[in-house]
Amino acid sequence: MATGTRRQEQEPEQRGAGGEQSSQSPLENGIKDGLTGPEAPVNGRQLGDGRRQGYLKYVDEEQLARGLGWFSIGLGLAELLAPRGVARVAGLRGGTGLIRLMGLREIAHGLAIFSQGRRPTEAVWSRVVGDALDLACLGAAFASPDNDKGRLTFATANVLAVSALDVLCARQLSAGDGTERAERGSVPVNKSIIINATPEEVYAFWRELTNLPRFMRHLESVTWTGEGRSHWVAKAPGGSVEWDAEITEDRPNQLIAWRSLEGSEVDNSGTVRFEQAAGGRGTVVRVELDYSPPGGAAGALVAKLVGEDPDGQMQVDLRRLKQVIELGEIVVSDGTLLGEGYSEQRPAQPLGVGVGG
Amino acid sequence: MRANCWYGKKDVRVEQVPDPKIMNRRDAIVKITSTAICGSDLHLYNGFMPTMQKGDILGHEFMGEIVETGPDVHDRKVGDRVVVAFPISCGKCFFCEQELFTLCENSNPNAWMAEKMFGHSPCGIFGYSHLTGGFAGGQAEYARVPFADVGTLKVPEGLSDEQVLFLSDIFPTGFMGAEMCDIQPGDTVAVWGCGPVGQFAMASAYLLGAERVVGIDRFPERLRMAREGAKADTINYEEANVYETLMEMTGGRGPDACIDAVGLEAHGAGAHGFEYAYDRVKQALGAETDRPIALRESIMCCRNGGTVSVIGVYGGFIDKFPMGSFMNRSLTMKTGQCHVQRYWKRLLEYVQKGEIDPSFVITHRMRLDDAPNGFSTFNNKEDDCIKIVLKP
Repeated sequence: MATGTRRQEQEPEQRGAGGEQSSQSPLENGIKDGLTGPEAPVNGRQLGDGRRQGYLKYVDEEQLARGLGWFSIGLGLAELLAPRGVARVAGLRGGTGLIRLMGLREIAHGLAIFSQGRRPTEAVWSRVVGDALDLACLGAAFASPDNDKGRLTFATANVLAVSALDVLCARQLSAGDGTERAERGSVPVNKSIIINATPEEVYAFWRELTNLPRFMRHLESVTWTGEGRSHWVAKAPGGSVEWDAEITEDRPNQLIAWRSLEGSEVDNSGTVRFEQAAGGRGTVVRVELDYSPPGGAAGALVAKLVGEDPDGQMQVDLRRLKQVIELGEIVVSDGTLLGEGYSEQRPAQPLGVGVGG
Repeated sequence: MRANCWYGKKDVRVEQVPDPKIMNRRDAIVKITSTAICGSDLHLYNGFMPTMQKGDILGHEFMGEIVETGPDVHDRKVGDRVVVAFPISCGKCFFCEQELFTLCENSNPNAWMAEKMFGHSPCGIFGYSHLTGGFAGGQAEYARVPFADVGTLKVPEGLSDEQVLFLSDIFPTGFMGAEMCDIQPGDTVAVWGCGPVGQFAMASAYLLGAERVVGIDRFPERLRMAREGAKADTINYEEANVYETLMEMTGGRGPDACIDAVGLEAHGAGAHGFEYAYDRVKQALGAETDRPIALRESIMCCRNGGTVSVIGVYGGFIDKFPMGSFMNRSLTMKTGQCHVQRYWKRLLEYVQKGEIDPSFVITHRMRLDDAPNGFSTFNNKEDDCIKIVLKP
């Protein structure tokens, strides 16, 4: 569900088709307020999350890169093992040594693509360089009267077509890497859960920000410092991170928004919405958090704070919130380390320590 | 205390482990007087359930005496003799309020794991992998029981452990299997699998008004128990073609309802020999996790418009599901881990009135220390083993 305005700005290309059939834009349609806004739910909308569509894609560049890798190896083997045949097709006369060398180079490109992992950005750019070399050789070949000009033109056209694919693939890989980096710098988290309580109850619990560390595991403490401001301490590997925040919007029983004060080490903001679930089935809690550090070391810090899977972590935290409100405490099993064990595993045996009683 | 711990495929050991403690405010500690090995424990024993850890305490069918309670336990007190339900359920969430106890939203601390595998998480379960919470099980001297007010049933005076122990799982599970069939007067119900759950499904089908019940298995002792204990007709699938026999019994129409009480480790013979080999190979290659031979057959046999009720445990993915038969013949499938707490008071009444004595399924009684031997005997179906009760 797209709720952040930043994300919607990225979506017009994808939304175009649907928009033509609808007289309203997605924003007017009520998407901005989430699936079921405080107003009556609006149906007949296109739903979905725009996060995977950060930049316009023509093709899946990862798949294309693998295709190009196989192409490199295939062509390289042909050049290496059957240089005469290749020369005949390309309209070249003369030595086969150069063609064999080009074959070796092609194979190297192919191997580089497969050894560089899922996104072989550099390897595909190396293919672009190779294409330039090929084109230069073909250009030189036009100068020799021995060569078949018609076949040379055909070969050049083919190399140009493959070059275009190489450039497209390499650019998309680079752009994608950029997007991933940008996403790591600014980590948006969007999650929701239904809690068997009224919006009033859940709002009241959250409005007392000092309750947040009870279910958000990366927080150590939140304390009021006066005038609606608060001091936050978060756990981080090797120490803690602190910042001051203020509440920027407060609609009783509906919404709370906060953001860190200027000059914070970790710039972050959050919004939580409380909505009556359909059919009186409790309260839908929708949380949006955004950590936007200036970059560099702080960026790495944020990555550590929110972990590898920020959405998953938030889901676990929201489930803990649900338990705190519905049950008054967080359920632990013998296999979890007193509720901390998100990633840790130990046998399901009693720990030999108690927390209640 | 002593507890039966999982150490790997076909490797369980009784070890000395720390005593359980109160960890949540609604916990109780139960001193176990009787505990059992469940057929579904064999899926763990044979290594079919992922997320097991070396040292996990097994067991989800147990009963005993409450020896300690947390500060928020209100309806149980020290000294109460109780049966413990295998599902761990909070009693306060949306699903518990609807008595869908195995769908409790709050009792699985590892819900994120189950969500990855199942899309959504079921409840926590005692001694049944970390996917269902990593709770220590009840094949032990003591167990911690979360949400004790919801998860325990007080046992009235005058009933023995063996009469009420199976209210923890297999009797309600079999009963739910029959209840899901929405049995009408005159109905014929066929049950695949004459293990303990199948026995209770057959007995329950009669309790719910079925006219005729048919049990399907290959072990003579289980078929004998189905005939003598559950009063069902039986088919030995190694000796007869199940489909042909069921059609003959029902005038060609097929049973009104079919219950799969087998689950993911089905076997096959005769006409199923090839199917069994096929599934076995695919399972070994990791191309499917479960062998749904009984499920496929129950769908093909069920009459048009009938119900297929699945209480045998499945863990992952199956292959060659006969969707065409299922869809074109308007079949209904109902499934689930048993919502024990929804049924056990009613079933206790049946026991109190003498309408059923669940102890008829017990074939072996052992000490807890013999649990590894028990697992092997039960798994290999040696010594006509059908149900083992352990005494700590």
